[in-house]
Amino acid sequence: MSGEPILSVRDLVVEFRTEHGTVRAVDRVSFDVFPNETVGLVGESGCGKTVTGLAILGLIPNPPGRIASGSIRLAGRELVGLPEGELRKLRGREMAMIFQEPMTALNPVFTIGSQMIDILRRYKGLSRGQARAAAIELLAKVGIPAPAQRIDEYPHQLSGGMRQRVVIAMALSCDPKLIVADEPTTALDVTTQAQVLEQIVRLQQEFRMAMILVTHDLGVVAETCQRALVMYCGRVAEKADIAPLFAHPRHPYTAGLLQSLPRVGQQAHQDLPVIPGMVPDLLDLPAGCRFAERCARRDARCDRELPELDGEADSPSRVACFHPL
Amino acid sequence: MTPLLEVRNLKKHFPVRGGLLRRVVAQVRAVDGVSFSLAAGQTLGLVGESGCGKSTLGRAILQLQRPTSGEVLLDGTELTTLDPRGLHAMRRSMQIIFQDPYASLSPRRTVAQTIREPLEVHGIGTPAERERRVEELLGVVGMRTAVMDRYPHEFSGGQRQRIGIARALALDPKLIVADEPVSALDVSVRAQVLNLIARLQREMGIAFLFISHDLSVVEHVSDRVGVMYLGRIVEMAPAQELYRQPRHPYTEALLSAVPVPDPTRKARRIVLGGDVPSPMNPPPGCPFHLRCPKVMETCRSVTPPVVEVGTSGASHQVACHLHA
Repeated sequence: MSGEPILSVRDLVVEFRTEHGTVRAVDRVSFDVFPNETVGLVGESGCGKTVTGLAILGLIPNPPGRIASGSIRLAGRELVGLPEGELRKLRGREMAMIFQEPMTALNPVFTIGSQMIDILRRYKGLSRGQARAAAIELLAKVGIPAPAQRIDEYPHQLSGGMRQRVVIAMALSCDPKLIVADEPTTALDVTTQAQVLEQIVRLQQEFRMAMILVTHDLGVVAETCQRALVMYCGRVAEKADIAPLFAHPRHPYTAGLLQSLPRVGQQAHQDLPVIPGMVPDLLDLPAGCRFAERCARRDARCDRELPELDGEADSPSRVACFHPL
Repeated sequence: MTPLLEVRNLKKHFPVRGGLLRRVVAQVRAVDGVSFSLAAGQTLGLVGESGCGKSTLGRAILQLQRPTSGEVLLDGTELTTLDPRGLHAMRRSMQIIFQDPYASLSPRRTVAQTIREPLEVHGIGTPAERERRVEELLGVVGMRTAVMDRYPHEFSGGQRQRIGIARALALDPKLIVADEPVSALDVSVRAQVLNLIARLQREMGIAFLFISHDLSVVEHVSDRVGVMYLGRIVEMAPAQELYRQPRHPYTEALLSAVPVPDPTRKARRIVLGGDVPSPMNPPPGCPFHLRCPKVMETCRSVTPPVVEVGTSGASHQVACHLHA
């Protein structure tokens, strides 16, 4: 990793008010993202990975949600507490988001061309003709065949994979420093997913962007990220470079997740190792380690105390466990 | 030995209506000539991408959607021509587990009511016997009987899927069609439900038709696997053989596209160009030829026949001109 991080998240806490009380969806999460790298945020539903991504973009719906404390710095600039108007200027130019469902980002009543040209004119001050040429070039970059024709089509005329490419092209259109991609290929079929992931990796390198990839799929993380944070119940359980994370997971939760995956080519008809039980309710969290009741390495201390990430803040591998593997 | 389930040249076409008079202007060939057999107590996995017809095939077999043509024999009884009363009786032997555990249970029925319903519909047992059966089924799927009077919204996705499985088991079926049963579940819960399904199969000898888009899950649970593309099975083989020695170029591409949770294994990926063609207007010849990296001249006009390529004694069928 080189130089200064492009994004620095410190002790981020995001809370949501619900009928039954306040839920802490993200609980003191810290990490950095450097230029030209992809960091994975992995975990199961409700672990806080998506909320973390939304918080970075300033997209937490308020009410019911709010960033309760912590700091998010993009290229040195503090984003927490920034007025909505300022954030809106940053979104698109400095940072962009790719959602799971491409139709959430596309307007069905306009052609993809008019939507892209709009963005390019507003943010880059291009003329209509220049913007159209730039849009066609971007569509070609994300691998859309016959972009000069496709640009005049409506979103419904494109397949799911093509739509997601258009969204990626739109996200790239203003050369953002950071892209947050939230399950960008989860709604796609495997062969299409392979195409789009390959494209994302290639573009990320070409544009030398920083990217945060939010996903539940450990396979996708292994193939696209350099580093990852494994989240559980709003907290970071473990963070590490990809190779050691998969070869020697230190948190029992990470290890359990990896073991419970059926793998192509593995001996079939044997029971899969499971993580017993289920994720605790965020409204009714245990006092100690949140993974304790599902953990084989649990002892009395785990029930009493909440483990913090070990080691130095900038060390490459950290785990929040009293009895790591 | 006669197979439990035999499917012969099954087709399900949906008419597309258009124009002022709502005339039939086209047909969606969702399932377009599928044949296979399934022995008692075995699992056949069906994989394919969205729109390949795998779910429609499952429903057409159960007669939830009446097939356009072809035959479905369950225990020797032809289902496609049965009258409603005959079909009702046969439904005892065949059940389905759905993908979405949030949509497949009635929010107004308690767990006990949900599991008991099939017993009541088929008039099995006295109320006291049904009650005992519900308790027994909850035990089988690993839930406590204390949950009997609770409602679905009180449970997590994995627990709801267990309730759905208990309901499917209530009538001691011989065949269960499981349509993406773990796709909506988180990784750590998915393994629990997969192990449950595997155990039921071992202990109760139920045959499963296991439909999924997830190749690693299908390999894990299946004895044999069929790969579907545009309404047809393009390759079918014993699970391990299919994964080790895929013969159809589509199967090869599909397998190579699965992201592997191992950063040291850099996949040699076959990236397919283009998208799946519309089943309303399938291409002539081989349905895969527009995307096939190994396409030949004949593929564009001649539909490849299904040929036997098995070398290990077990049947390995493929519909591809490379092997014809």
